Amino acid sequence: MITIKNLHASVDGKEILKGLSLEVKDGEVHAIMGPNGSGKSTLASVLAGKSEYEVTAGEVIFNGKNLLELSAEDRAREGVFLAFQYPVEIPGVSNINFLKTSINEIRAYKGLGPIEPKEFLAMVKEKQKLVELDGKLTGRSVNEGFSGGEKKRNEIFQMAMLEPSLGILDETDSGLDIDALRIVANGVNKLRDAKRSFILVTHYQRLLDYIVPDFVHVLYNGRIVKSGTKELALELEEKGYDWLKSESVEA
Amino acid sequence: MNATATITFKDSLLAHFEQSLPSLFGDAQLRRKAALYFEEKGIPNRKWEDYKYINPEAVLKSDFGFRTNRMREITPHDINEFKLVKDSIVIVIANGIYSAELSPMNTLPVGITISNIADAVVSNEIAKKHYAKYAKFDADPFVALNTAMCAGGVFVHVAKNVQTKTPIQIIHVSNFETPSIAQPRNLIVVEESAEAIVIESYETIGPIKTFLNTLTEVYVGPNAKFDHYRIQTEGENAFQMNTLQASVCGNSLYNTYTFTLGGIFTRNNLNILFTEKNGEAHLYGLYPITNSQVVDNHTIVDHAVPNCMSNELYKGVVNEKASATFNGKIFVRPDAQKTNAFQTNRNILLSDDATVNTKPQLEIYADDVKCSHGTSTGKVNEDAMFYLQARGIGKESARALLIRAFAEEVVDQVKIEELRDYIDKRIDSILK
Repeated sequence: MITIKNLHASVDGKEILKGLSLEVKDGEVHAIMGPNGSGKSTLASVLAGKSEYEVTAGEVIFNGKNLLELSAEDRAREGVFLAFQYPVEIPGVSNINFLKTSINEIRAYKGLGPIEPKEFLAMVKEKQKLVELDGKLTGRSVNEGFSGGEKKRNEIFQMAMLEPSLGILDETDSGLDIDALRIVANGVNKLRDAKRSFILVTHYQRLLDYIVPDFVHVLYNGRIVKSGTKELALELEEKGYDWLKSESVEA
Repeated sequence: MNATATITFKDSLLAHFEQSLPSLFGDAQLRRKAALYFEEKGIPNRKWEDYKYINPEAVLKSDFGFRTNRMREITPHDINEFKLVKDSIVIVIANGIYSAELSPMNTLPVGITISNIADAVVSNEIAKKHYAKYAKFDADPFVALNTAMCAGGVFVHVAKNVQTKTPIQIIHVSNFETPSIAQPRNLIVVEESAEAIVIESYETIGPIKTFLNTLTEVYVGPNAKFDHYRIQTEGENAFQMNTLQASVCGNSLYNTYTFTLGGIFTRNNLNILFTEKNGEAHLYGLYPITNSQVVDNHTIVDHAVPNCMSNELYKGVVNEKASATFNGKIFVRPDAQKTNAFQTNRNILLSDDATVNTKPQLEIYADDVKCSHGTSTGKVNEDAMFYLQARGIGKESARALLIRAFAEEVVDQVKIEELRDYIDKRIDSILK
């Protein structure tokens, strides 16, 4: 699915990612954990193509393509989906119109015609249920006046609509109460299959009780310093990050 | 530098005034006084505080003529093209003059009077009562010039208790043979408890330079409702000086919508005066402009009496080398307690060469009031751009979507669907 090799990235001249390598195979769920400022969100943004991040070295191969050479929109069209940590409010653009534009641009990229209105509406109805999103919200402006939980559910709803091959969830659990977390996790779990992969960026182990990862990686100071299975997350929860910091210094 | 040229042009304007005075309608004394005022003040230039960002003096050179008979034909077919709402009453002001041929008045609803202003100010008591009462010639040289030299326009009267949902469209259209000035003058009187919708539209045919110095006076009677749309869609050779002077009585609602969607040089002076308690006014404006268009919106809302409410929202999208100015004055006079007055001006700059000048001016002399103003000028929101791109929407579509959304806040205020669709189409073609 995606192979990241020796990725270096900076923002405003400051290096954040310092040689990050990661391989995610089809259908796998990888959790990226780490203390604040370790570069977790930077990784998510770099993969999605945010322009203020400058990649200075390394490569990212996504389904055989050099991801770093693609524009943000082309990455999305190729099947990369970033669920934002802070979804942007866009007054005046309705959720529905936004999603239809999005789906049709992705379809056009693949040489397909616009989606049939009937098919689109049926899809909206079906996918809303997945994250228990109120039908009224889809008629409103994108994220405008949504609660924190509604915004995150809207991200997962969009992901369900766009059916990406790789979902990157950037701290989707932050700011969610336990009920909202369960709904969001449930939505993600339903989207899991043998083909679709996920990268979960999170600070806390809590999310991983609901979305059980195949692998857990610890990011520290711009590099992955430890990898393991879900048990590693529990160990982190128990011991915190400090023991890894000293380990990585020794290494 | 162009002082000589200015004097020459002003002189020729005044000479033409002397020549044509005997043939002009109405009060010759008033016209003389107005001409005198204009002669004294001259054509405004950038040294004038109110004309800092738009320079009529540089535009009004001697190649403009005043002979409205040098015009090309305007056909019913042309007019049909300019008609914005299917079920409406159409009035045509051709080259500044009321055209009876192009304004068929055979099916007017009861209680609505429409006539050539040149006739009305002579024979209609109501027109006589209201004419030149609200727009004072000493308020601005262009008001003076219009008062002195206007040769035509329309008088619209909606009688007491008459509520009409049929829009009345006043089409101002210019089609001259040589560069010319036209100075139409309109008077709209909406009487007590009446309701009316007027669309003033501004068009040009052909490539000849036109300077339109247009003035509309509005009286909104007690408990009346008046929706007043202005759609400016002139061509690239059109210069426009547009004055709207409205007087709003108690318990009435006056809504203005100003869409500047064409023209090379547009100055709008929109002045609203509350004369009695509990008046309400909304001022909406949108100017998506490009190339070297210059648009300057000056508004004055004068809360001269207590308990009135005004709300103003003007938005601009400014591309290429275009320049936009917003100057919004709100006066709250000492007696005007319990005033609510709000004002917002927002602009998006699409190019490094584009300019926006925005100046809110609140002068508040009462202490128990709620007033606010806010302005912002910036580029398209980068976070929103990335969000849309991250969903597979291309850069150009994303930008168009965001600008459209920005403009829609104003377009959505338009209550006539056909008109809204028309404005949307014009905006799309401007943004392309």
